[in-house]
Amino acid sequence: MTTSTVPTTAALALGDDALVLSHRLGEWAGHAPVLEEEVALANIALDLLGQARVLLSMVGDEDELAYLREERAFRNLQLVEQPNGDFAHTIARQLYFSTYQHLLYDRLAAGDGPFAGLAAKAVKEVAYHRDHAEQWTLRLGDGTEESRRRMQRACDALWRFTGEMFRPVDGLDVDAPALDAAWRKSVGEVLRRATLTVPEGPRTGAWSAGAGREGLHTEPFGRMLAEMQHLHRSHPGASW
Amino acid sequence: MATAAAPHTARGQAYGTQDTAAETAGDTAAYQRAFDAAVAADERIEPRDWMPDAYRATLVRQIAQHAHSEIIGMQPEANWITRAPSLRRKAILMAKVQDEAGHGLYLYSAAETLGTSRDELLDKLHAGRQKYSSIFNYPTLTWADVGAIGWLVDGAAITNQVPLCRCSYGPYARAMVRICKEESFHQRQGYELLLALSRGTPEQHAMAQDAVNRWWWPSLMMFGPPDDESQHSAQSMAWKIKRHSNDELRQRFVDICVPQAESLGLTLPDPDLRWNEERGHYDFGPIDWTEFWEVLKGNGPCNEQRLNQRRRAHEEGAWVREAAAAYAAKHTGEREEARA
Repeated sequence: MTTSTVPTTAALALGDDALVLSHRLGEWAGHAPVLEEEVALANIALDLLGQARVLLSMVGDEDELAYLREERAFRNLQLVEQPNGDFAHTIARQLYFSTYQHLLYDRLAAGDGPFAGLAAKAVKEVAYHRDHAEQWTLRLGDGTEESRRRMQRACDALWRFTGEMFRPVDGLDVDAPALDAAWRKSVGEVLRRATLTVPEGPRTGAWSAGAGREGLHTEPFGRMLAEMQHLHRSHPGASW
Repeated sequence: MATAAAPHTARGQAYGTQDTAAETAGDTAAYQRAFDAAVAADERIEPRDWMPDAYRATLVRQIAQHAHSEIIGMQPEANWITRAPSLRRKAILMAKVQDEAGHGLYLYSAAETLGTSRDELLDKLHAGRQKYSSIFNYPTLTWADVGAIGWLVDGAAITNQVPLCRCSYGPYARAMVRICKEESFHQRQGYELLLALSRGTPEQHAMAQDAVNRWWWPSLMMFGPPDDESQHSAQSMAWKIKRHSNDELRQRFVDICVPQAESLGLTLPDPDLRWNEERGHYDFGPIDWTEFWEVLKGNGPCNEQRLNQRRRAHEEGAWVREAAAAYAAKHTGEREEARA
């Protein structure tokens, strides 16, 4: 499946991030706290799915890659596979990831690498995702006592998955430390405006950081894939 | 719009005098005559026009039920989003469920022009005091059900709703124009999904046939009870909210579906279905109205599950809505300053 022009590792990493997070957001359908969020979360999920399809198609057949790889072959960040939890948890995951994705795509779009075309289109979508996550972080952080408590808890719980985003990825030509610095500045500012405390725990634990990119995932991920893949796998060779 | 003239003037005068006694029986009769004339002339009634209380109540009931159907209707399909068998199908299904949430929003807005609120209507839905379409109380058991819902359920909805684009109440009619465009797109996608299955492996074909077998009769029930048992029909037709009777629309739907089923390579589960040369329509077998009334009363396969999920989403989302309200209250001043 490897071609000389497309960096397979990088395309799979970015494609799997988008695919897996899209799936998680799809789980919200019919469960959102307000009708407008049904629309917004589905919208973000659709954008990410669109990006995933482009990225996976650079490497091979999108459906083979999505439905027939096993857990150990997926290259997504552990952050995006985390279960939805409550709305604050989903928003914290979205804030961390969208900020990273926006900064990354902004840089890729400015370059002339193999992802420049995709990034130029996707960066507009991702700017919207980032804004949505920031607005909700402010509302939840600076809303009621309960919402602040939940938002803080979510930010703390997901913090340890954030270091992985800034590990170098083979074929992805970006200055990871600079990206990390920009990310910390932006997320830190949003959290402070939301009256929240920037978490202090480790971002690069021995196990969690870098593991998703190596195909080492958290336990809920296998179950997510089982659900996602079962129908496709039950009908080998069928088209849909 | 022309309906507005007489009632607005009369109503404006009544308000102007600030004298409730001005709302005399004579004035009401004049409003009623203007309203009747507007409806007779196929003019649109708009939110600020005078309208009979019963007309308002009927519209609130119907539009709310329609809005509720859109949001409850997300559930049977969303049930398959995480299991969609290809990324293309998954994207189509997500977009569809998102459209339904959007349709719910249009319809709640249309209902709000009649002096109710979305919150009030949702409370009534959650309390079981307002209904949603009985079709969404059936379960989606296989992937093919997603196709059957698109083809049959959306098909029946369109047959019902296209005439509503000419309904006498303006905001409802305009909402329906937008909704029908998207619905017919969904319906074609559902048909295309079934076609892919029907022409696929024997297992896929069987899956498609099974889904059509299970969804056919419930789809025919979507048109409501037979004309002689439909309590709201005559009045709704007189008010031009409805344009055709339940049985007329049901017949139209059957006539459309039979050839489509043939080109899908699927059969419809009705041994009595045959062309009637004399009538120029398909004859079809009797509908199990006992089942219909049971589902309507809350005893269908998924009534409890659907309502519980809706209530749970609402209850579990309460703290989010409260947070948004608290944040808005704190920051309203800042935003106004920023604007100035």
